[in-house]
Amino acid sequence: MKKDSIKATAFKAAVPYTLPILAGFAFLGLTYGFYMHQQGFSFLWPMLMSATIFAGSMEFVAANLLLQNFNPFYAFALTLMINARHLFYGISMLDKFRGAGKKKWYLIFGMCDETFSINAAATIPAGIDKGWFMFFVTLLNQSYWVVSATLGGLLGDLLQIQIKGVEFAMCALFVVIFVDRWISDTNRIPGVLGILCSTVCLIALGPENFIIPAMLLILLVLAVLKNRLAKGGRPS
Amino acid sequence: MTMPLWQALLTIGAVVLGTIVTRFLPFVLFPAGRQTPKFVQYLGQVLPFAALGFLVVYSLKDVTLLQYPFGIPTLLAVAVTAGLHLWRKNMLLSVAGGTILYVLLVNFIF
Repeated sequence: MKKDSIKATAFKAAVPYTLPILAGFAFLGLTYGFYMHQQGFSFLWPMLMSATIFAGSMEFVAANLLLQNFNPFYAFALTLMINARHLFYGISMLDKFRGAGKKKWYLIFGMCDETFSINAAATIPAGIDKGWFMFFVTLLNQSYWVVSATLGGLLGDLLQIQIKGVEFAMCALFVVIFVDRWISDTNRIPGVLGILCSTVCLIALGPENFIIPAMLLILLVLAVLKNRLAKGGRPS
Repeated sequence: MTMPLWQALLTIGAVVLGTIVTRFLPFVLFPAGRQTPKFVQYLGQVLPFAALGFLVVYSLKDVTLLQYPFGIPTLLAVAVTAGLHLWRKNMLLSVAGGTILYVLLVNFIF
């Protein structure tokens, strides 16, 4: 019984955090399913791909891979490159996932950008089991995505009306989580560096090519500033 | 789709595997039982905030500043979202406020 109530409280605490994701994923997931439908795939394909790959932008790329010549090695290498940002998330969550028991493996598998941003935020409410909270955030987000992608594939042509701009909810969520951290952290330099390095690389290299250089630049600058930042750093 | 089913499934499998590698690698390299290197511990402290900054930029990467509407709706909505959040610290209010503003801007003004 007690275990159930721990889960129930964690679930209730997780739901409101995931609502902005629901808005964003409903829009993007429907679009993805619809896109697959237009390329001639049945709804089973977006359903399978959204559940197993579960990395939004990569699923659009994978759809294109299916339409080109068969080359799984290229697909694998391309995936490593596009999804390399997950390495960042993993290193950030090494400690946080430690107490989560077996759930940890699912937390890692389901760690998309949006889920990471919620689980990495410092503001998991007090008295809530962190492992279950993160588990439900991950599960809810993945459910939103799979259901939306499947629906998009099923509804296909029926689906012409979409409200333009709803997808901004996800961007807004990232901004909010960043601002939260900005308020709570005494050391704001890593946040400033993250924005600066990424912006510099984005302007210099464009949206297609900036991700890996931005990550390397962030690592480099963090390494150079280690002696300065390690002291002022907030243990998390 | 032109490729046969087994090729399609193998392609998806390769993408799944690639994604899993990027997500699991840090946890495999630095398992819970062993002492994590000092530098990685340090990264664990400072990287989350930096990664969130990266994510903000990443989510804005396709905004075009040099063509109409010059990123104005996005930048306005980001500013309002951040402002609302600094003011009230209410996540749903900030996200909803920014998003509604953005939807209004792109549908009716720009």
